[in-house]
Amino acid sequence: MEHMHQEPNETSEKVHYLDQGSNRGIPFDAKLIETIRVNRSAADRRIASLSGRRSLKKEWQAAWLLKAITCIDLTTLAGDDTEGRVRRLCAKARNPVRLDLLKALGMADRQITTGAVCVYHEMIAAAVEALKGSDVPVAAVSTGFPAGLSPFNLRLEEIKHSVEAGAKEIDIVISRRHALKGDWQALYEEVCSFKEACGSAHLKTILATGEIGSYTKVAKASMTCMMAGADFVKTSTGMESVNATLPVSLVMMRTIRDYETRTGHKVGFKPAGGIRNAKDALTYLILVKEELGDMWLSPHLFRFGASGLLGDIERQLEHFVTGQYSASNRHPLG
Amino acid sequence: MSVAEIFDTMAYGPAPEDATFVRDWLGKQDDPIGLFINGTWTKASESNPIDAGNPATGERLARFSAAGKTDVDGAVGAAKAAHQSWSSLAPFERAKYLYALARQIQKSSRFLAVLESLDNGKPIRESRDVDIPLAARHFYYHAGWAHLVAQEFPRYQSLGVVGQIIPWNFPFLMLAWKIAPALAAGNTVVLKPAEQTSLTALYFATLCQEAQLPEGVFNIVTGDGETGRHLVDHPDIAKIAFTGSTSVGKYIRTQTAGSEKTLTLELGGKSPFIVFDDADLDGAVEGMVDSIWFNQGEVCCAGSRLLVEESVAEAFITKIKRRLETLRLGDPLDKSVDMGAIVSEAQIERIRAFVNRAQTEGATVWQPDNPAPTSGYYFPPTLLLDVAPSFEAVCEEIFGPVLSVMTFRTLPEAVTLANNTRYGLAASVWSETANRALDVASRLQCGVVWINTANAFDAACAFGGYRESGFGREGGKAGMLEYMAPKDEWLSAATPEAVSNSGPASSRSLSDQIDRTAKNYVGGKQSRPDGGRTRHVTDANGSVIGRVSESNRKDVRNAVEAARQAAGWASATAFNRSQILYFLAENLGYRESEFVDRLKSSTGITKKAAQQEVKASLSRLFTYGAWADKHDGVTHTPPQRNTVLSVNEPVGVIGILCPDEHPLLSFVSLFAPALAMGNRCVIVPSERYPLVATDFYQIWETSDVPSGVLNLLTGDRDSLAKTLSEHNDVDAVWYFGSSAGSKMVQENSVGNLKRTWVNLGRTRDWASPNAGEGETFLRRATQVKTIWLPFGD
Repeated sequence: MEHMHQEPNETSEKVHYLDQGSNRGIPFDAKLIETIRVNRSAADRRIASLSGRRSLKKEWQAAWLLKAITCIDLTTLAGDDTEGRVRRLCAKARNPVRLDLLKALGMADRQITTGAVCVYHEMIAAAVEALKGSDVPVAAVSTGFPAGLSPFNLRLEEIKHSVEAGAKEIDIVISRRHALKGDWQALYEEVCSFKEACGSAHLKTILATGEIGSYTKVAKASMTCMMAGADFVKTSTGMESVNATLPVSLVMMRTIRDYETRTGHKVGFKPAGGIRNAKDALTYLILVKEELGDMWLSPHLFRFGASGLLGDIERQLEHFVTGQYSASNRHPLG
Repeated sequence: MSVAEIFDTMAYGPAPEDATFVRDWLGKQDDPIGLFINGTWTKASESNPIDAGNPATGERLARFSAAGKTDVDGAVGAAKAAHQSWSSLAPFERAKYLYALARQIQKSSRFLAVLESLDNGKPIRESRDVDIPLAARHFYYHAGWAHLVAQEFPRYQSLGVVGQIIPWNFPFLMLAWKIAPALAAGNTVVLKPAEQTSLTALYFATLCQEAQLPEGVFNIVTGDGETGRHLVDHPDIAKIAFTGSTSVGKYIRTQTAGSEKTLTLELGGKSPFIVFDDADLDGAVEGMVDSIWFNQGEVCCAGSRLLVEESVAEAFITKIKRRLETLRLGDPLDKSVDMGAIVSEAQIERIRAFVNRAQTEGATVWQPDNPAPTSGYYFPPTLLLDVAPSFEAVCEEIFGPVLSVMTFRTLPEAVTLANNTRYGLAASVWSETANRALDVASRLQCGVVWINTANAFDAACAFGGYRESGFGREGGKAGMLEYMAPKDEWLSAATPEAVSNSGPASSRSLSDQIDRTAKNYVGGKQSRPDGGRTRHVTDANGSVIGRVSESNRKDVRNAVEAARQAAGWASATAFNRSQILYFLAENLGYRESEFVDRLKSSTGITKKAAQQEVKASLSRLFTYGAWADKHDGVTHTPPQRNTVLSVNEPVGVIGILCPDEHPLLSFVSLFAPALAMGNRCVIVPSERYPLVATDFYQIWETSDVPSGVLNLLTGDRDSLAKTLSEHNDVDAVWYFGSSAGSKMVQENSVGNLKRTWVNLGRTRDWASPNAGEGETFLRRATQVKTIWLPFGD
């Protein structure tokens, strides 16, 4: 893990992570974790007023919704996934919006795609094949997703296999018990191991925020994962009873900002689970813009983990173009 | 902008709120809009209309009337005529009207929000999400009080016609804060909105018509300060409730001095915003935004003085700056705007001048480079760095988006800096440690403390100031009591001028049988008067029975100093205070016959009457021994996840000037509640019968009353009252003397806006448990501090 413990230097700070690789992490800093404080009511109040503070209308709404599409990790994580199902999803990822709508929006030449396609390990090969020639990366959930309680060596092996199979991004799950027990050192070491196993693939760390108790723990877990080299911190597997929420996202974004202030590394954010409609997506993007800035409004640093969101955005876009309310059967299935 | 361009820049676009329907309504109004008197629109007697301007554009929205004296007379007359039937309406009936008004506001909420933003310049987000919903909530809440008032306040009655004068920063919300409790308690109202922002009040009149509020119950007289003056001076007004500047508040205090008008003053502030090293710094930054950059900083309780612990100061200031860069200034009607326009040219000039002078004094001014419209009154969010408490901008209320940034080292230092102000409205405290936050909350001298939040309001939670931020409370039960008076509080309205039977101040020696000159009692010691002069005390037949000190200004100064230093009494446990009151009773009991004799010989009353008075005094000490640990605060239930506590805190140092009637009982009746509630007192006993009191301080001495908590000065009531009421380290004066003396006390109280309780020359039935003891006394002896404590992890 030596390679992760270098301090960032002046030049590398300015290089975008996609060009450079990734967040290289910093040595474990217990004090940094200890001093983290999050006041739940203050965070909730910020979120409660947020949707009233910004409003996006007409062209602005359409443009922002297109941006949201480019940030979607189009996902299928079902026991009955087949190669055929995955190929269909990938086709949608390559062409998420009907061409006539894109033309009407003046965006036909922009190669709008989703941010990635996210699948289980066994589906990576089919996805890679189906996405060949596009810029859409394949992300694989890993390390005994969603519970993360399979043997540690097998979890490392799973990452390596997925990277070998062509996954460019690995969505790992952390051991929730480390967070629940406040053993941040153990969490740090675990994530460092995952990072090393990822090699050049990007590491997305899923905190399962619905299972780790408090906003303060969410912030501490986020900080620990970033110290250990996470390229993205992600809220949820989508399988917990509570998945992404705006207050938890706010807490994670602020931790990302603090980490950047301290190290210069920009770490991405991925809310996952429960984001189903266009309005929610816009609220998330507004929150990103407000808390992290425009730099993060890009698939390099922001993703939605969602399966149903795209359909609603397509309908909203058609409504913007035609002035008439749309229906799902007018948009190709993914 | 094309979709592609927006896609590349991810900029926000315009999101204008439609104002057509409001402009249409404005277009249909009379020019100028009339006064709302006795349920109808009335033409002002003189024609000198006032422009309602839009501060974002400078355009004229409408014109409205300036009410002159005749018009104010008409409005007060209508309100007076309506009072009898309104106040005697069955509670359920009155509640229905208030409920109807709440419903009307809710149904018109969008209209009201747009009109408010047009007229005031505040962002539509705030008028829509804060001002109007809170106003509606205020009427719902008080519809409840209207229904419960007879049951919950059986010994109280409404006051009559209430004159209410409201400011321009929250025009409609302040209207609601004023009107709802006044009407609920059974008063009728004449309201004067601010001349900068009168339109929503005028629209509210139409809602009253729709709710079929009986004629005359609510009246509006628009106009400037001159109209306000007529209202304040009107003899038929029972109470003035004012929200606005401290200088106008002081003017109103002076004008109403010695009259039967009661006052609620909600004035200025320079509230501290305290951030400890264990705070959620990002949460606190957002709290700042809601505090000093809410409503362009035009908020009386804005956290305009940041006090941040040195160890986190740099990080915190960096975070504030980053956050300010995302604040959006612009058209108040744009839904994505955080800060709108300053209300008027005069106000923006005032803000500019403050910032310029601060710069001259050495402050570093920091403002984000955010775009703002080039026309209209826009002022950017501003930090004043490198400032100290000695800077003007740190002391004076700016009423704009300007934050003074200072640091502290320790908790006691934070508290000292926070309290280093003439104001005492609100404070915001940020710490994740409950012990620390609650400790600070208990030490702050202000009426509202927000722990880990800021500018949280609700109709159920008392709001109001300490010190020069005014007095009286708005919201909750405390707010209702401001619009009621105890029934039969005074025996008569007559003015029995105190007849001084004591001889003139004299240094000549007395006849041989007089063997004792009573000294003053200051700081736990008997002390000779500064001037070395004494005065005779005579009995009912005019024979000299003793001498007491003739106290002067310096004796008052010394006594106040002793009282101020006895600060520990305020934090003594209530049980401890209670024990001491019982002990006082015990020790008075031992000397019962001595006091009977003294009363008998001094006042000439019968032995039986004297025995009754001593017994009643013993009972009264028991009353406050009982109350000492029972005048509890309350826990409010606002519609947020909050524990909100209203704590009854001592007022501080109280000057008490006792009447001549029942010289022992009235003396005990006044000092005992003050003592029980944790105040320190400088007491001037009956001028005519001071020896009962000078005998009494021996009982204080033997009853473990800590030094300096109770101080006694004998002498001329009114000259001592003058010094006490002018003394800026005295927090309250209770005066029971002549009507002229009452007026003098209230006039002199404006220096630090001390709380006054005066008898206007009237007498009380001290022996009666209704008029002689109880809640009225306890309320005078305390002030409410409301502590907001949101919870959740």
